[in-house]
Amino acid sequence: MKIWRGEGSAGEHVEYVVPIDAGMVVLDVVHRIQATHAPDLAVRWNCKAGKCGSCSAEVNGAPKLMCMTRMSEFATGEAITVSPVRTFPLIKDLVTDVSFNYEKAKTIPPFKPKPKDPDGKRRMYQEDVDRVQEFHKCIECFLCQDVCHVIRDHEENKPSFSGPRFFVRLAALEMHPLDTNDRLDLIRAKHGLGFCNITKCCTEVCPEDIHITDNAIIPLKERVVTAQYDPIAWALRRIRRTGPALPAPSVPPSKEPPSA
Amino acid sequence: MAEINTATYDVVVVGAGGAGLRAAIEAHGAGAKTAVVCKSLLGKAHTVMAEGGIAAALGNVWQEDNWKVHFRDTMRGGKLLNNWRMAQLHAQEAPDRVLELEEWGALFDRTKDGLILQRDFGGHRYARLAHVGDRTGLEMIRTLQDHLVAQGIDVFMECTVRHLLTDGGRVAGAIAYWRQSGALLLFQAKAVVLATGGVGKAWKVTSNSWEYTGDGMAMALEAGADLIDMEMTQFHPTGMIWPPSVRGLLVTEGVRGDGGTLRNASGERFMFKYIPEFFRAETADNEAEADRWFEDKRNNRRTPDLLPRDEVARAINSEVKAGRGTEHGGVFLDIATRRPADYIKRRLPSMYHQFKELADVDITKEQMEIGPTLHYIMGGIRVDPDTAAATIPGLYAAGEVAAGMHGANRLGGNSLSDLLVFGRRAGEAAAEYVKGASTVRIDDAQVDAFAKRLTEPFERPGDENPYAIHADLQETMHDLVGIIRKKEELEEALAQLERLRSRASRVRVTGTRRYNPGWHLALDLENLIGMAEVVARSALLRTESRGGHTREDFPKADPDWGTKNVVTRKRDGRLALTTEPIPAVPPELRELIGEDKPQEMVATGEPAVIGGKE
Ligand SMILES: Cc1cc2nc3c(=O)[nH]c(=O)nc-3n(C[C@H](O)[C@H](O)[C@H](O)COP(=O)(O)OP(=O)(O)OC[C@H]3O[C@@H](n4cnc5c(N)ncnc54)[C@H](O)[C@@H]3O)c2cc1C
Ligand code: SF4
Ligand code: SF4
Ligand code: FES
Repeated sequence: MKIWRGEGSAGEHVEYVVPIDAGMVVLDVVHRIQATHAPDLAVRWNCKAGKCGSCSAEVNGAPKLMCMTRMSEFATGEAITVSPVRTFPLIKDLVTDVSFNYEKAKTIPPFKPKPKDPDGKRRMYQEDVDRVQEFHKCIECFLCQDVCHVIRDHEENKPSFSGPRFFVRLAALEMHPLDTNDRLDLIRAKHGLGFCNITKCCTEVCPEDIHITDNAIIPLKERVVTAQYDPIAWALRRIRRTGPALPAPSVPPSKEPPSA
Repeated sequence: MAEINTATYDVVVVGAGGAGLRAAIEAHGAGAKTAVVCKSLLGKAHTVMAEGGIAAALGNVWQEDNWKVHFRDTMRGGKLLNNWRMAQLHAQEAPDRVLELEEWGALFDRTKDGLILQRDFGGHRYARLAHVGDRTGLEMIRTLQDHLVAQGIDVFMECTVRHLLTDGGRVAGAIAYWRQSGALLLFQAKAVVLATGGVGKAWKVTSNSWEYTGDGMAMALEAGADLIDMEMTQFHPTGMIWPPSVRGLLVTEGVRGDGGTLRNASGERFMFKYIPEFFRAETADNEAEADRWFEDKRNNRRTPDLLPRDEVARAINSEVKAGRGTEHGGVFLDIATRRPADYIKRRLPSMYHQFKELADVDITKEQMEIGPTLHYIMGGIRVDPDTAAATIPGLYAAGEVAAGMHGANRLGGNSLSDLLVFGRRAGEAAAEYVKGASTVRIDDAQVDAFAKRLTEPFERPGDENPYAIHADLQETMHDLVGIIRKKEELEEALAQLERLRSRASRVRVTGTRRYNPGWHLALDLENLIGMAEVVARSALLRTESRGGHTREDFPKADPDWGTKNVVTRKRDGRLALTTEPIPAVPPELRELIGEDKPQEMVATGEPAVIGGKE
């Protein structure tokens, strides 16, 4: 296995040969190299089960979670090259500076719920939350940010483009059944939705199978366009989103178990 | 004094899991200048991995449910070793804390009427866990994280806090290092909230990540605070066991909550043989009743597949020991024959994914092979139930790092709710405390001594590899301080730990200080070995079996021990262990729990009670 070694932008791929066991993933091999050959090899990880989004890297050029990439995917004897993600500045070895993402997160207007139902409860139906729950699956691995050509090799676009991860986030907020905050002007002006030309590269790499382009970006684009050209739709949207809460349904709460 | 940058705050929260984030939000909201510090990136703490759900008696699915029943279940599940007041506050406040998450944007799965759906879990009388499929922790941490960021609270990411600073016995701040640059950093603060989680990385088979090195407990102990119940470790009954590289990864209890059942190698649903006397009245003794219970809780008793975790883990252990285990030394967990494939995929998407990707097993068609995995520690920093204050002024602790709430065994789902309830209380109390506290002084000599210890591994002579020592430590704890313990083995463990400690002092680190995991591990080893020793010593002292602590040489629960905590302190650099009485449960709450005491517990070998099939 060839692993990128180096501090800052200087570095090279270094080859290591270690035995592997059944079922191993790329991250296991990196750990074995760390334990036996290179104790200072820098790598991020936490859950080792595809849940935390820490272990992103490019394995033979493909953006992947190292903990979910099985060694059995590669032919015996095939050289495997592991490199850090390219869109973000290098810190050391496989670790990059992903602070871009945390800075972008700060610029997103937060969730602002509408009033509760008259009985003090909140009601949302599974059909209404399904599509937003898809967006909430995001583990912030930033692989979509890594492949997006708008920022991958274009440092100059970073200030005005938030990237697919944050389009997912914005879509989640915009489509949240309870939210009343209005972000559409901002999405166009500040987050750079217009830069996206729907290449779908982000969707292809998402380990959570979020349909980033079809379900988040395209609907957001539609909303922005409608809002921009149709002042009546815009006004209606405001009224609808901030309007009075619906009265509570009169059916008594069921006590059916969830598995029924 | 060495040149170190200093950051000054009122309250420094160490840890950005559910407990830390909730504490910071509260402290900030109460007007305290607050910072959060964490070892990983924001949003990657253990809490993100939680699967099954958050326990709260919302009463959305079963109206009969209320805080009293939740309190009772928690106390019984904890074998009455819990701090009753914590269990009470937890049960009373959990629903509000869950609803608050919804105010901040969380989207839980819904009932038909649009309310928060709740699922069954071990030891809970009613379906009680608010959840989002099997990724509840992700929803919780992201909601808290986004809310925290929106409040503009400062976050120090990839920054490891190493020692607490004290000023005349009270907290004065902490010393930390940046993982990225290796530079040291000083926090000056009147109050510190520890929310650093557990110590699972001392064991070989564990569901815990590299972060769980017992830092918070070790720092608190060093600064003079008490630890309690450190022998109480939870082995989750269902961890993956095959292939070896995924051994220990968690399989959520939600699989059983949603209808899955345990079977031994010959297909027998063996849990019916292991119903302890303490839970007999409320547990189904035949398969038909157990299966009906999922649909009708009023007329049937709960399935023994959902007994508390300590019982199930011991039962699996016994089956395997008796030769009825699977090829790789576990048992089977079957949901494939019991629920339709689309139901499984909808309810348990990440389990489906995890087995498919990592083990080539399709859980909608095949059984899972599982076995116990070290998952959680009930013991930790001793706290005041109402304020989460530790036993030295200015120090607070919440979440897995704190103790008392779960007694001898934690019920599934009670951790996420614990984080919210006591995270909030810790933040509130810390902010209140700093209002009345005078300015703290940083002791330069203390800082210099700690700074020296931090960089020592680069300078000292030595030939030991930190990774090798860590692997040996994990073997020791796995073999000698596992599910079933006995005197000779615990003593042997202590002897081995002493040798590991001396090897750890000869670790030499190579490379630079920039993002150097070898250096980080060399430092972590000190905490890991230190806390492993506290666990082993506490386990040696408690000569009974209760909850997460099972002694082969003392296989029964002893009513006398049932009234005592094992307390660990450090005085003049030495450990001192004693026992102290647990606060007595007031009569009106005592009544809720029921009068029977847990006694019939058999540690090993053959089942405690024969019922069901045999
Ligand atoms: C796989 C899995 C599934 C689970 N499922 C459930 C479930 O369904 N329901 C449930 O109730 N519980 C569940 N649990 C248990 C529960 O998730 C944990 O107990 C809980 O998340 C712990 O939260 P915490 O806030 O105490 O700590 P964590 O979330 O672990 O956070 C600890 C924080 O402290 C930081 N930290 C640690 N040491 C230092 C240091 N020295 N310096 C700076 N920062 C430090 C870490 O970086 C991290 O940010 C599960 C646990 C696991 C592992
Ligand atoms: S679809 Fe848009 S956001 Fe996604 S990678 Fe292509 S340009 Fe980037
Ligand atoms: S949207 Fe998908 S690829 Fe992008 S950060 Fe989230 S999980 Fe990763
Ligand atoms: S380690 Fe968590 S996603 Fe890979």
